[in-house]
Amino acid sequence: MIRKVLLAFRTVFKGLGLTMKHFFAAGESRKVLSITDQDYFAQNSGMTTIQYPHQKLPVPEVGRYQLDVEIDDCIVCDLCAKICPVDCIDIESIKATEAIGKTSDGTTKRLYAAKFDIDMAKCMYCGLCTVVCPTECIVMTDTYDRSMPDLKEMIYKFSDMKPEEAEEKRLALDKLNAERLAAKEAAMHQKTQN
Amino acid sequence: MTFYLTYVLVATALFAFTALFTLFALYSERKISAFIQDRIGPMEVGKYGTLQAFADIIKMLQKEFIIPTAADKILFILAPIVIFVSVYLGFAALPWAPGIIPSSLNLGLFYIFAILSIETLGILMAGWGSNNKYALLGSMRSVAQMISYEIPAGVALISAVMIAQSLNLQEISIKQGILAAEQVYFLGVWEVKSVGGFLAWNIFQAPHLILAYIIYFIASLAECNRAPFDIPEAESELVGGFHVEYSGLRFAFIFLAEYSMMFLVGMIGVVLFLGGWNTPLPNIGSAKLALWTSGIGWGIFWILIKTLTVVAVQIWIRWTLPRLRVDQLMSFCWKVLTPLAFLCMLFSGLWRLGVMQ
Repeated sequence: MIRKVLLAFRTVFKGLGLTMKHFFAAGESRKVLSITDQDYFAQNSGMTTIQYPHQKLPVPEVGRYQLDVEIDDCIVCDLCAKICPVDCIDIESIKATEAIGKTSDGTTKRLYAAKFDIDMAKCMYCGLCTVVCPTECIVMTDTYDRSMPDLKEMIYKFSDMKPEEAEEKRLALDKLNAERLAAKEAAMHQKTQN
Repeated sequence: MTFYLTYVLVATALFAFTALFTLFALYSERKISAFIQDRIGPMEVGKYGTLQAFADIIKMLQKEFIIPTAADKILFILAPIVIFVSVYLGFAALPWAPGIIPSSLNLGLFYIFAILSIETLGILMAGWGSNNKYALLGSMRSVAQMISYEIPAGVALISAVMIAQSLNLQEISIKQGILAAEQVYFLGVWEVKSVGGFLAWNIFQAPHLILAYIIYFIASLAECNRAPFDIPEAESELVGGFHVEYSGLRFAFIFLAEYSMMFLVGMIGVVLFLGGWNTPLPNIGSAKLALWTSGIGWGIFWILIKTLTVVAVQIWIRWTLPRLRVDQLMSFCWKVLTPLAFLCMLFSGLWRLGVMQ
């Protein structure tokens, strides 16, 4: 019984010494080093807190964080929207009446993107959309701390078509379709007549 | 009429002191615990987080007063008041400097001990009035812990009182320094009344009082429900302690009572064992350090420094040791501390008869 009490006191003093050591080591603040640094794990005493946002850990340039879309390179193939596991990409396409132009790597564009919304709040940063994109227009940048007060502001709109333009293109498409239909009917009529 | 004004002023000053001390203790507890755990603690509110405690108090003050429907309203509302007032009244008999004591009672120590026991009643009222079985369980455990640990605490204090021959806290403080009326002996042999300093403290006048002080310190940690004896408080992390149903100002009162009690028991220990408001610097030859550092202002300074050191040690212990199980707690009290405390008292009696005349 007495031995237990003495053991208790000995261990209590050992523990108190340990905490006192940590208390006095609190003067050393943490060196903010990048993970690629050789001495990242070298410091083993002192504070472990990094006071964000006053201090930030450096992010490598190839960091895979928030998505960014180069809309001029997009051929509106809808592959990224189809593969997204959380359905955060919303695309609405309008077929063009003729070839619009070429992307930076030579692919012909035949579709307009009337709506290209990515809900950054839903995005889970898996990167599958960047893998399937044929023209590599959707990429992951190294921005990670963009935060908004309203959830609706987290839906990023990448399409640069105004609603009137979209309407105009739709009407053009409808007109082309109607003309083609009329031409087809005329041809059929001709055939039956002959 | 002026008498009543003085009484009100003194009471207000003591209340302001307890409130300010609680804010300071809150901030220092968070910072000390953070440094011990290799983190920084509050840094945003005010420079180095100094205004954090004020922000917390303002938050607590503007919260809604929730009373559970099936709670016993009278008990529920009165409990925090009883808890806080009993602790606050204990400050009335504590000496701050030679001549500065709110009330120099002949049985000062007895009065303080008795009135601290009323806090137990307040905790019972809180637990029962919450109409919550976990609160009741927590308060039962707290009450059992507090009344069991009062015995070794009281007996250890009696060992010191036997050496000082008075229950009046001001007299006990006077007898531990250069202002003493009769002779003061270091370890019973060397006459140190003219030297003063830490050599004249009670724990050095009769060395078994070091053991008595350790017993008293541990028992006072249990009185405050502080770790490692914080079963009543820790239940709040697990299920709920006796104050689970309290919100806003009522919770703030219980919180205030806890920190004030830390200071109160620390101060009682300092007065009885560590020399009270006497200076720790002795008169060495011609450098009469003890004489230069005694007086009213110096007295307040020394007792504050000593008590704040004791409070810092309490915080240090809280963040180092794990919690004791309730059966280990009881066994420690009854099987270890109480016999040791009685041995100390016996030794005090023998010391008084044999060594001191």
